[in-house]
Amino acid sequence: MLLHQFAHARTGDKGNIVTISLIAFRKDDFALLEQKVTAERVAAHFAELLQAPVPEGPAQEDPVHAGPAQNGSVQRYSLPQLGALNFVLHRPIANSVTRSLALDAHGKCLGSALLALEI
Amino acid sequence: MNTVRIGAGAGYSGDRIDPAVELAEKGNIAYLIFECLAERTIAIAQKARLLDPGAGYDPLLEERMRAVLPICAERRIRIISNMGAANPHAAAAKTRDIAQQLGLRGLRIAAVTGDDVLEILRAGQGIIETPEGPLPPSDTWLSANAYLGVSPILEALQSEADIILTGRVADPALFLAPLIHEFRWPLDDWNLLGQGTVVGHLLECAGQLTGGYFADPGFKDVPNLDRLGFPIAEVNADGSAILTKVEGSGGLLNCATCTEQLLYEIQDPSTYYTPDVIADFSSVSFAELGPDRVSVSGGAGRPRPSTLKASLGYRDGFIGEGQISYAGPNALARAELARDILSKRLARHSISELRFDFIGLSSIHGTQLSRNAPVPYEIRLRAAGRATSLATASWIPREVEALYTNGPAGGGGASGSTREVIAITSALIPRESVSPQVQIMES
Repeated sequence: MLLHQFAHARTGDKGNIVTISLIAFRKDDFALLEQKVTAERVAAHFAELLQAPVPEGPAQEDPVHAGPAQNGSVQRYSLPQLGALNFVLHRPIANSVTRSLALDAHGKCLGSALLALEI
Repeated sequence: MNTVRIGAGAGYSGDRIDPAVELAEKGNIAYLIFECLAERTIAIAQKARLLDPGAGYDPLLEERMRAVLPICAERRIRIISNMGAANPHAAAAKTRDIAQQLGLRGLRIAAVTGDDVLEILRAGQGIIETPEGPLPPSDTWLSANAYLGVSPILEALQSEADIILTGRVADPALFLAPLIHEFRWPLDDWNLLGQGTVVGHLLECAGQLTGGYFADPGFKDVPNLDRLGFPIAEVNADGSAILTKVEGSGGLLNCATCTEQLLYEIQDPSTYYTPDVIADFSSVSFAELGPDRVSVSGGAGRPRPSTLKASLGYRDGFIGEGQISYAGPNALARAELARDILSKRLARHSISELRFDFIGLSSIHGTQLSRNAPVPYEIRLRAAGRATSLATASWIPREVEALYTNGPAGGGGASGSTREVIAITSALIPRESVSPQVQIMES
């Protein structure tokens, strides 16, 4: 079954960081979310989107947009009293919201992609 | 003073205005707060101010003020907003003129300034940390604004301002300041400030608390989004609050909508940095008291940070974009052929980063997540790329449009645009380097 059956999500953004909350419809299902939706699994699910774009043409030195070395990492926080998990995803600085070439520059649609996980 | 009722009249610069009018008319509120300043909005406003010294405040300020001022003046509802953007003085003067035109005399309008730290940063003084990596070259800098806290808003409230217009302040501070003012909370009672920050954070995106950005038909149904009601917090002296909205307005307010908004844009829930307190949301809980009535409590806090965050807006080149559609049998193959043609044509220009998307298939979530998606009936090809000049970036929409007569069969609906990129990065600066000011004018 899809995670969409058990939980809902909202995405937020700050610079190169995307946050996704995952909230169980029924508190009883929270343990299942905690067990199945690990930070590692979320990182693998979003692997392609958390990678830096491959530049066209000759490689250019761009120290400003190289960014910290935590690209692709995901942290998870647990709020059992709310039946909620909170995920923090680190995108490459080059993809931060104010300079991304993506159609959804904020990454606002990513929460819906999380709900497509098979449980 | 038992409770204070605060309404959220806007969640972003372009937000709907009629829900704010509804709040003023029927919400029985003492304060109406408009949060209108996203990360990049102030840099764009600064660009407008450079062209016209009287510009640089929120583009909808006049329309909003004309809509709510008569009711707010009549009911003594005080207005607090960051619609001052890059020019709070001009925003306050404009508001004074509107009040006078509406025959509203004696309104006190405060302009809060001091958030502009561009010259301080240019002087190279006291940058403590640049958490998003090294700063870009200073000749690209357009704006730098520190996130101010509650102190100048408190000063304006104590000076009996009816309308307070700020530039960059922390969003929750717009809501926290009136609570501190009304309840005389000590500025070092970190748990009270933390709980007040929870209330402010929940309200700051307006309709996102009351069912906006929530509906998912069959799973999360929300009634009457066409007339979504904006939220009201009925706050107690201990910082606990009841969240509600105007009876009969559209939308939905329950534990699920509140939980989504509590965690919106939050990283570590135990450590939410603001200029006034490090708020702790990790033990917040909600309880449904009735339809569209939810209580919130459990917020806490720790001493405020010694630094302030400043966001730096800078010119970051140009983006060109073009789109064209293909439909019917073999649509995807024709769109892929168009992409290959564009890729070769655009290689003739100095485009530093080029991206192609197939809208309807993989443009939003990428190829990994959409790998099992069926091929749709129609596909819209999108090309977007970065360049250091407007002229170079404009080759992207030009080459997309040229696909009409030079590309695959049946392309239609070509469109394109070119824009300068105003990017944002941040720096931490010492609190002492910033000195907020309040100036009051009267209508």
